[in-house]
Amino acid sequence: MMKVTSRQVDGVTIVDLSGRITLGEGSAVLRDTVRELIRKGQKKILLNLAEVSYIDSSGIGELVSAYTSLRNQAGDLKLLNLTKKVHDLLQITKLYTVFDIKDDEAAAVASFGA
Amino acid sequence: MTGDRVSYTLGSNLESVNQAETAAEKFASAAGFQGDELQEIAMAVREAAINAVLHGNAYDPAKTIGISFERKPGMLEITVRDQGKGFDVDRVPDPLAPENLLKQSGRGIFLIRTYMDEVRFRNLDPGTELVLIKRVRGAAAGTKEKAE
Repeated sequence: MMKVTSRQVDGVTIVDLSGRITLGEGSAVLRDTVRELIRKGQKKILLNLAEVSYIDSSGIGELVSAYTSLRNQAGDLKLLNLTKKVHDLLQITKLYTVFDIKDDEAAAVASFGA
Repeated sequence: MTGDRVSYTLGSNLESVNQAETAAEKFASAAGFQGDELQEIAMAVREAAINAVLHGNAYDPAKTIGISFERKPGMLEITVRDQGKGFDVDRVPDPLAPENLLKQSGRGIFLIRTYMDEVRFRNLDPGTELVLIKRVRGAAAGTKEKAE
């Protein structure tokens, strides 16, 4: 089961996720969360994955989809605090080169710009 | 559950994907796998089950997926079968190609191959069979084999 909370910091929406982003509920929750934020005009999104233990191919697909949706609407999606497992997964799928990945929240927020 | 072979017939639904993953973790753990290897086996089986349920049987409630786990000398062999229309594995696009990096799907087989030592595909006509092999190294059986 995945839990999601979001908060605003200097115009950036930080989404704190915990659990697994996998086919079914986890992927759907991520998709719905990002869609809702975009609908509300919140297009600077920082996904905090510190408490995400596992992502499967479906979850990776949702991350990519969220990224492309935001980029297509002049927004941006960045990732924060990857666990080793998620880090390794993004490395082997070469998505480490696609996503902007941060490990310091304040620096990550600042990197979105004004 | 700690025998040399266990098999399951599961429905074409999401719950089966979770069941397959849990069963893989249990069997591989009993076979002596642990740590990263144990997780890799569970993740590979999850991806194979996703392929079988989603792409193979397309959630058809009339179709089932079959999964078996077998401990063999020096290896763990896992078989995942579906009753779908089959596919040509050679035509699956490379998810690491620059033009495919931002595609939403198409990484399952790549991940299975990454996590396992050997993966074989067989067209059952109808259906597809995947055989996943994880070789025993050190901790899992006392017999040490070198990775490639």
